[in-house]
Amino acid sequence: MNAISSRAYKLGELHPFEGGDRRFIYLVTAGAIFELDGAAGKLIDRLSRAETTHDDLIKELVASGYPEADANELIGEMYRSRVIVSGEVGRTPLAEPPADFPLQTLVMNITNQCNLSCTYCYEFGADKIATPAGKAKYMDLETARASVDFLMKSSADRKGVHITFFGGETLMNFPLLKNVVAYARETGAAHGKMVDFSLTTNATLLTPQIIEFLSVNEIGVTVSMDGPPEMQDKRRVYKNGRGSYATVEPRIRALIANHRTRAITARVTLTDGVTDVIGIYRHLKDDIGFHEVGFAPVTTSAKTSYTISDEDMRNVVKQFHTLADEWLDSALRGMSHGFSNVSDTIGELIQGVNKSHPCGAGLGLVGVGPSGDISPCHRFADADAHSLGNIKDGIDKEKQNDFLSRGHVNAKYDCHTCWARPLCAGGCHHEAFVRYGDTGHANLHYCDWIRDWTNKCLEIYGAISAINPTFLEKFAERKALT
Amino acid sequence: MKHLRPVNKKAHRIDGMITGVDEDVVALQQAQAQRPHVPMGCSLAFSPGWEVDAGGGTAGLCQPVERDVYDCYVTCFWPAQVADHLHNSPDWASKCAVATKDWRKLDMVSP
Repeated sequence: MNAISSRAYKLGELHPFEGGDRRFIYLVTAGAIFELDGAAGKLIDRLSRAETTHDDLIKELVASGYPEADANELIGEMYRSRVIVSGEVGRTPLAEPPADFPLQTLVMNITNQCNLSCTYCYEFGADKIATPAGKAKYMDLETARASVDFLMKSSADRKGVHITFFGGETLMNFPLLKNVVAYARETGAAHGKMVDFSLTTNATLLTPQIIEFLSVNEIGVTVSMDGPPEMQDKRRVYKNGRGSYATVEPRIRALIANHRTRAITARVTLTDGVTDVIGIYRHLKDDIGFHEVGFAPVTTSAKTSYTISDEDMRNVVKQFHTLADEWLDSALRGMSHGFSNVSDTIGELIQGVNKSHPCGAGLGLVGVGPSGDISPCHRFADADAHSLGNIKDGIDKEKQNDFLSRGHVNAKYDCHTCWARPLCAGGCHHEAFVRYGDTGHANLHYCDWIRDWTNKCLEIYGAISAINPTFLEKFAERKALT
Repeated sequence: MKHLRPVNKKAHRIDGMITGVDEDVVALQQAQAQRPHVPMGCSLAFSPGWEVDAGGGTAGLCQPVERDVYDCYVTCFWPAQVADHLHNSPDWASKCAVATKDWRKLDMVSP
């Protein structure tokens, strides 16, 4: 008996799912998706019951009507792609990203001031980690220019770089924003780089002149907005408690009507009492006219007045599924749908990402605060404990390594047996810090939800690949452009 | 691949790697659809000894493994395993007239 005939096979690390009446597997060690034919499906069913040796499998396959050569080919194909494995298969740790990973995105917190007082705000609310005392409230031109120079230098040979303006309320420092756009275009041209811009705003300060500037300069706009008046005005309020809906609604309509060069996105924060996902979506997409609407439950530590109850969260997930089904219906008809929670995941599934870190924070993306302090991302802006240095001296490598090594999925023991880790990698560093006091902690409070959601998106992906595969190609092309 | 249809980019890469393996170099013990199989590389000179025999061991090979080292040095270049006679150690085997007798004269090479 030689080594192969006695080799015992078992299933590799995979997540089976169905879509469009066909069977698929998500190969967890790679992030790859394969459709199974009948024979491959049977082999997987067989091995999910018990480990079996090569010779026994061949005998069974031959007995059920497969020629021996075919049986050998089937097993060979499954073995070499690691859908089935043999012996003790140790966990292969994901490689570290290269130490000189080039920067791609700079999030510039051009002010930490805001004209609203949203009660759940991570920058000012109960869970705030920012320590802005004694620091600049508005970024000055010198710091802004140094930040742009830093991006040019740190992006090595990347041809395209991205600047996102953030706050506070970004538009409270619009004069600086205009300056930065001009300066970045100029320096970008000198370095042979294309610079792409986007900003996040609460929309209260939009004027026709600002809208024209954003449109002419092709600046992508994300509006933080929570829905129709009764939801928006619950927590997105001015300091005197007055709701902001009446102010933002006409301005957003003007923005969507006059800014035609980029998609306009709404970003909704779900909180207690603001969980009517479908109602919010309909209002923002169909009534107001946003091109895309994305939702995220609020980041909170323990129980706050705005934390979503478990029951409400289940209801949120149910509504996510309803919108996801709509997304699929649209895709099968070749149409796009604005529910960006699905679009974003589908984009990652097309690539087959296998993340070492949940996002680019501290790696391909960093934030710069008004004082020039560098943070892993905008959510850590002005937080001394998380600072990665100052724009004057560049990134403190030691602090960066500490942040990245704690955030690496290899360091998150709970994730090692989870099939959704290629996409999740433990979840948001900031959420982990607020919840567990450690940016490197896995976000265990939403594991079930992430797995449920990833499975839903895989089913959608499978169905499209079976019924309307050209949609995925077009979608990938469109994603590459944005 | 016949039974697995790759449907995302990562799966296509895996498919490419496996297909590449199928059409390129295969290990002697790997199950083959077509036989006989003539391995590429060192075996152009067909000196068995660089691989294992049909039973998975080395006892049945027709040359001793000591000779194998020398063959890798002279008849082909096996960079990870032996001294590099092309560039850095052209005289490494000059005292080794008959490998089976003189193999002790093959000295260590310090990079």
